Amino acid sequence: MSEDKRIVITGIGLTAPNGSTLKEFRHNLIEGKSGITLEEIRYMGKHPAGLCEFDEVKYQKKKTRRRGTRAGSIAIFCANEALVDSGINFEEIDKSRVGTYLGITEHGNVETEEEIFLLHENNLDTTLWSHHHNPRTVSNSPAGEVNLNLKITGPHYTIGSACAGGNMGVIQGVQQLILDEVDFVLAGGVSESAQTFGIFAAFAAQGALGSHEDPTKASRPLDIDRNGIVISEGGCIYTLERMSSAKARGAKIYGEVLGYGVNTDATDFVLPNTERQIQCINKALSKAKITKEDVNIVNMHATGTKAGDINEVAAVKAVFNDCTSTHVNFSKGHIGHAMGAAGALELAGNLLSFEDGIVHPGINVDNLDPDCAMKNLVINEAKNVGSENINIILNNSFGMLGINSSVIIKKV
Amino acid sequence: MTNEEVKKVVLDIIEDVAPDEDITTLIAEESLRDQLDLDSMDFLDIVMELRKRHKVEVPSEDYPQLATLASCVSYLTPKMQ
Repeated sequence: MSEDKRIVITGIGLTAPNGSTLKEFRHNLIEGKSGITLEEIRYMGKHPAGLCEFDEVKYQKKKTRRRGTRAGSIAIFCANEALVDSGINFEEIDKSRVGTYLGITEHGNVETEEEIFLLHENNLDTTLWSHHHNPRTVSNSPAGEVNLNLKITGPHYTIGSACAGGNMGVIQGVQQLILDEVDFVLAGGVSESAQTFGIFAAFAAQGALGSHEDPTKASRPLDIDRNGIVISEGGCIYTLERMSSAKARGAKIYGEVLGYGVNTDATDFVLPNTERQIQCINKALSKAKITKEDVNIVNMHATGTKAGDINEVAAVKAVFNDCTSTHVNFSKGHIGHAMGAAGALELAGNLLSFEDGIVHPGINVDNLDPDCAMKNLVINEAKNVGSENINIILNNSFGMLGINSSVIIKKV
Repeated sequence: MTNEEVKKVVLDIIEDVAPDEDITTLIAEESLRDQLDLDSMDFLDIVMELRKRHKVEVPSEDYPQLATLASCVSYLTPKMQ
């Protein structure tokens, strides 16, 4: 294939509950260090949640932070970190040929909840409702804040795709490069979900809000004693470009986006569908023109709900069960569910396997659910399989309303 | 409120609305926009904060009265008695 149609990752910027650099994040994933803490949630008391520690005004003024959103500040931080990491001379490239595509689960709830809270504190006086409400809550906001910050005049938008958002941002970026709409891309996903009470209350009402006396143990995908999702914020943005341009400027290449699959269950608002997940994974394999045996790591979506875990394990087993060198892990035990950021973050967490040869574990599996047992599952302890044995990573990310996504990355 | 107290009210709001700015060197008789990085959205914020914190209404036709620190004080002091 022409190197103009091959898309590679050349930079990564991220913030996760357990690390705000790729190196720190990777180290903590391998070491099994959780970033989940007990946090006071408005109206709801203390709950386990994943909050990120990063300097919100490292790349923007305090005033723009005040005007913008938490998701926007996460996006601005990640985008700038990715640019620095990419080594590109950003001042010299044509900003009208740069595209920003960010996956989101939802956007605007944080600001809306805050305004409604203040409304009730002030006798329902709507004249106190902020004029910043609209620009903060329009759904392109996090991507638009990035373009404002970096003076990018190319396209920007978000891809609303529930918890598949992180993968979907990457997929959108790849597509736009292949279509020659842009020459350089900032793509990934962000989430500010942990700053709202509504998402906590909704998962609690659904009986799907993760809890544990030790918050670092609350998110426990595939464990028989799991009791739900731990909500986190986070972000991960990649710089994507064509192989030809990356090679021309001598860029470091983390991996090539070899293929992807996206489809829809069309069966339920929230419950997953194993058959569709299998189809999605197979679609990605087909697009990447590889066989299942070529895949060395499958990062599961694995949210820590019984239905989610069991359905996905069944899908992964259906595709990969007879593969001898395919290892399976997941990341939400460490970082909780970073919603729109999850797919992009979890992919980043595995990318350095190409260099260090280590498969990071999924943690907090004290008693593996028998329905989740499968071959080559890497849990609780990292597994060093050697970098020569890790050439392809498949990253699953699924979301409500039945959206499924799988992204395949190849070592270059 | 005295003139000094109203001045402090205005400065506290400007400090919150424009947190990157140094307000200690403001010249009272000179335009705020000439001395600080303030735009029309910031002035809307200042009006909003006056309403929120001190129940003071500034109708849009009076916005020019907020041009300098000194004009803010003389305009707002009678409203804040």
